[in-house]
Amino acid sequence: MLLADRMIAVFIMVLSVYFMWHAIALPIGWNGMTGGPGGGAFPFWLSAIMFVCAGGVLTRSIRGKSSYSGAGTFFDPETLSWVISVTVALVVTIALMPWAGTYIALPLFMFWYLKIFGKHGWVLTASLCLTTPVFLFFFFEVTLKILLPKGLTEPFFIPLYARFF
Amino acid sequence: MELLGHLAEGFSTSLSPLNLFIVILGVTAGLFIGAMPGLGSVNGVAIVLPMTFIVPPSSAIILLCAIYYGAMYGGAISSILLGIPGASTAVATTFDGRPMAQQGKAGLALIVAAVASFIGGTISVILFTLFAAPLADVALAFGPAEEFALVLLAFTTFVGLGGDDVLKTIIMICLGLALSTVGLDLISGQPRLIFFDEPGFYSGISFLVLAIGIYGVGEILYTIETSKSAPSVTPARLTFRDLWYGIKEVNKLWKTLSFGSFMGFFVGMLPAAGATPAALMSYGLSKLMSKKPETFGKGNIEGVASPETANNAASTGSLLPMLTLGIPGSPTTALLLGGMVMWGLVPGPMLFIEQPDFVWGLISSLYTANLAAVLVNLALIPLFVWALRMPFTVLCSLVLVLCIVGGFAPSQKMHDVWLIVGFGVVGYLMRKADYPMAPLVLALVLGPLMEKSFRQTLISEQGNVLAFIERPLSATFIALSAVFFLLPLLKYAKRAKRSEGVAGEPAE
Repeated sequence: MLLADRMIAVFIMVLSVYFMWHAIALPIGWNGMTGGPGGGAFPFWLSAIMFVCAGGVLTRSIRGKSSYSGAGTFFDPETLSWVISVTVALVVTIALMPWAGTYIALPLFMFWYLKIFGKHGWVLTASLCLTTPVFLFFFFEVTLKILLPKGLTEPFFIPLYARFF
Repeated sequence: MELLGHLAEGFSTSLSPLNLFIVILGVTAGLFIGAMPGLGSVNGVAIVLPMTFIVPPSSAIILLCAIYYGAMYGGAISSILLGIPGASTAVATTFDGRPMAQQGKAGLALIVAAVASFIGGTISVILFTLFAAPLADVALAFGPAEEFALVLLAFTTFVGLGGDDVLKTIIMICLGLALSTVGLDLISGQPRLIFFDEPGFYSGISFLVLAIGIYGVGEILYTIETSKSAPSVTPARLTFRDLWYGIKEVNKLWKTLSFGSFMGFFVGMLPAAGATPAALMSYGLSKLMSKKPETFGKGNIEGVASPETANNAASTGSLLPMLTLGIPGSPTTALLLGGMVMWGLVPGPMLFIEQPDFVWGLISSLYTANLAAVLVNLALIPLFVWALRMPFTVLCSLVLVLCIVGGFAPSQKMHDVWLIVGFGVVGYLMRKADYPMAPLVLALVLGPLMEKSFRQTLISEQGNVLAFIERPLSATFIALSAVFFLLPLLKYAKRAKRSEGVAGEPAE
């Protein structure tokens, strides 16, 4: 728990330095001509405050005055494996979307989630995997005219476009 | 009288068949979302927002408000039937709702919760109607200096009253504000914070992306670990006799309920407080004022009714500063604000002058939403009992799919979908380490306004920083902000002094 708290504090400190490094591309000081701060001032000084506060969290944790008692672990192994597998599945699905198309990627994700991760029966899995894409197609593409990425499957949709648009 | 005229005109908008249908649809969806453990009004609004493009902007806002209302009612359902709060706002409802369900009085508890919610909702909507126009009139005098001071005040309430770790709260506020500056500089138009030279960052980070990331993906990751074992649903039977008895019982409690409504409304207006503390405070107070405080926590009807009135009143209360001042009173209203800006309906006093049809239509729709919520709630209780048996993995997979597609839809860029997953995972980890999420979302939504008003003031005053304290209203806000900001320091100093006083003994 303490280790995780410190790691997150360090991560925030690194992040704020990264923000500050980006912000100095624009003037961060007082702009005498127009009055008021330059374009980089807001992100720069806010990141500076963030850096100081994260430093405070870190030192507090090292000096043992953290709000954490240190008892308990941040993750138990079982939860961690669940969270990681869901995250990986999400990343794979999104990576697949522009290439294989939404209507391949999302049903695959749902199949994995329901059948393999959730250990549900075939009937439930199949019915949800089939009805969800149909709903998405009619809701987003037909009604809202928002085209979802199709990738390789684009040619299969041309007859559908002709029918509904 | 002018007020009644406005309201009557509003009803002519909100009672149109489309809007009436939308209100019923919204409260039903909200009730389901609220009833699902782990999902509350803020999650519902974040996930549904991208889908509201299907209706005209004014109806979309009415839909989102109806979801907000429905979710407030729905939270009580799982508090009573599962013993798990459906949303954090319904925590206090479990204290007496769960014991009642275990005594076989689940149906009565649900009825009391619904009726009490209705009372809280109605009293607070009336208060809302009375306060909205005068507050907007005051806000008309606001210049950029006052706007800046007010946003600052909103953030300092998190530091002073939020109850979370002060350092972590400040980090989240600054992170949200820094993320809001990504894109193009407001004044000079130069690009800034374009991470990795990704072209996607030129258009900035949308509040919706952050909200779907944190309240959609992050929430699901968070609930995956808390929902290891499937909870048992207590069956609820509903009879007309129970309904009649419930209404009669609630009728006896008018004193605590009206008190809870008033308090909830005003607590709800504060950005850092909101429905959860309002409900807890109301529960505590009704226990304090009760003649039989020992029955609380053992299935007292009053213990269900008082937090439910307060959390519904608070949700209406948090809409008031959002609509009249443009400063949201809760994360959910921050999303509503973001949505309204997206549709070109910028909240604030000018909205009352430029779009009176919309404003009064929305206010009157709160009355219909409230009525619809209580009726749908009571009518669909058997359906909720059934829906709560739905396996959690089914709900999760559907929510995640909606997050992906809903994140893609508004901008139609895969860049945003990647950001959603990133925010989801980071948000989940930070939430586990006790970093509060509400200030982050509020900061991202209010960031552009804060920077713009700050720099506008300085430009028009030729760089005179004292401009913020030379105007009386803005000076008041700044002074209040200073008080809130110093509150935690004072508490710390007090504690340090006390531990010195009892030297030798460990502090606390």
